[in-house]
Amino acid sequence: MTDEKTIDATEATETVDLWVAGTEEPQFQPTDEGQQEMFVEETDERLAKQLGSVIDDDYLFDDDVEDDERMIVNMGPQHPSTHGVLRLQIEMEGEVIRRTKPIIGYLHTGMEKTAEQLTFGQGPTNVTRMDYLAPLHGELAYSLAVERLLDIEVPERAAAIRVLMTELNRISSHLVALATNGMDIGALSMMLYGFRERESILAFFEKTTGLRMNHNYIRPGGVAADLPPGWKDDVAAILADLPVRLAQYDDLLKENPIWLSRTQGVGVITQEEAKAFSITGPILRATGVNWDLRKAFPYSGIENYEFDVPVGENGDVYDRYRMRVLEIIESLKIVEQAMDRMPKGDYRIDDRKVTPPPRARIDESMEALIHHFKLFTEGFKVPAGETYVAVESPRGELGCYMVSDGEANPYRMHTRAPSFYNLQALPITMADSLMADTIATIASMDPVMGDVDR
Amino acid sequence: MANTTPPGNLLMTTVEKAANWARTRSMFPATFGLACCAIEMMATGAGHYDLARFGMEVFRASPRQADLMIVAGRVSQKMAPVLRQVYDQMPDPKWVVSMGACASSGGMFNNYALVQGVDQIVPVDIYVPGCPPGPQSLMHGVLTLHDKIMSGEIVR
Repeated sequence: MTDEKTIDATEATETVDLWVAGTEEPQFQPTDEGQQEMFVEETDERLAKQLGSVIDDDYLFDDDVEDDERMIVNMGPQHPSTHGVLRLQIEMEGEVIRRTKPIIGYLHTGMEKTAEQLTFGQGPTNVTRMDYLAPLHGELAYSLAVERLLDIEVPERAAAIRVLMTELNRISSHLVALATNGMDIGALSMMLYGFRERESILAFFEKTTGLRMNHNYIRPGGVAADLPPGWKDDVAAILADLPVRLAQYDDLLKENPIWLSRTQGVGVITQEEAKAFSITGPILRATGVNWDLRKAFPYSGIENYEFDVPVGENGDVYDRYRMRVLEIIESLKIVEQAMDRMPKGDYRIDDRKVTPPPRARIDESMEALIHHFKLFTEGFKVPAGETYVAVESPRGELGCYMVSDGEANPYRMHTRAPSFYNLQALPITMADSLMADTIATIASMDPVMGDVDR
Repeated sequence: MANTTPPGNLLMTTVEKAANWARTRSMFPATFGLACCAIEMMATGAGHYDLARFGMEVFRASPRQADLMIVAGRVSQKMAPVLRQVYDQMPDPKWVVSMGACASSGGMFNNYALVQGVDQIVPVDIYVPGCPPGPQSLMHGVLTLHDKIMSGEIVR
């Protein structure tokens, strides 16, 4: 990383502290998030405040603050640059942000409750809509959890397809992150380029899974369908094009003085803060921690692939951007290896209690028909127990905690959503920074609100 | 013949058709991305599908500058008042496209958290099916809306 140009975070805040002439020496209060307490009794008024339909500017009446010095700026939930429906209450002193209060829940879909009503076979339909930029990772975490409860192993080909597809998904997700990051800071051409490259991957996804997003492709027991004929040509085309294009985009941004001054030393998270807030993924690695679940707790045989884990130094917006570019390059390596050594065999487990029989068998075999009918009406039962499986999604540790009571539906399904934990660090990241850096910081966090709120 | 034709080129139309034509050719959508569909909406606006062909690439951040709201994604109970407020802030004439299954009917999420169809809050002109609808579907919905505007009356 180019550390010599990086400004130290504390030094930066000292130089940007603006103060109105003629007033006393600034006595800034330490910026905490205020007292966290539960309301004793719920009234309609308080509920309305909590739900966000009534805005409570309680900061304005803090006793120790001059009324005319602090200002609350409400940002969102309908805002072009908050990556969905994130709402921020920002308390500002001039141009300097003192406190930030992220307000989430505008996209709460009740998916964890819906998961309890869907059978294990239907579950991926639900989880794929959580982190909609990395749908395959959500399906993978869910499927791995179900498979661990069932105590089954998927065939080698299924595991390799999973690796191939999830790594392609990581690339497409990071491309969107680069595109929106660029768009938010003003590099509008980056947005067009990022989405253009994403289209090539999405075309392959559509060919394989039938959908551009929300695939429901990785299911308990394997994957929904085999790779289409000619898939190697498509993947090879992606592998041939993307590194060249990526180098071009790097030329566009890596040494662009405007980009550097907007990103370097901005939105710094230290290692200690990152660990304290349970931050994972590129944001954690940008602080210099070498932590990747693909190396730490490998899944789907990803330990057999050769790749490096890029690690940053400064934990600023620039390093997070670099992490994503470098991770795309590493993912391309995995995709290439998966393409070269794709094993032959079944793409799903040959267990009629978990996966449906082939369509042709239904016409000839009564038993196959019964299996098919049972699987698609009542689903398959999973032994009682609980488990937690995590995969490395583009945003960090995407975990699936699942409890089964022996029925065909999960008793409880909880997702450890990386965006949710990463977003927690927003107040401390944005404290004492400039208003203009807000968007750059949020964009570099790359939150997906569907993942945060679920 | 030469004496009866006025000098220069002349086009004849009605005010209604001219106004409707102008409205369809410069629709400004409000940026109202909610969930998965928002990504596809962005993809529609990006280079590959290029919504600019229909004069619609300018997604307006302020609802006061927009005349089309593409409700792209699932609308939660918490978001519903916000959505209605954004709609009320848009100047007339305004149109609403309900993009995707969740916005149209609640989709697969029939539970406590979601509004079962955005038409319970705002009047919807076009429903675009799909989960999420691809950029082609969205563009088809938008073009259908253009037809609707062209065939309609000025005063709504």
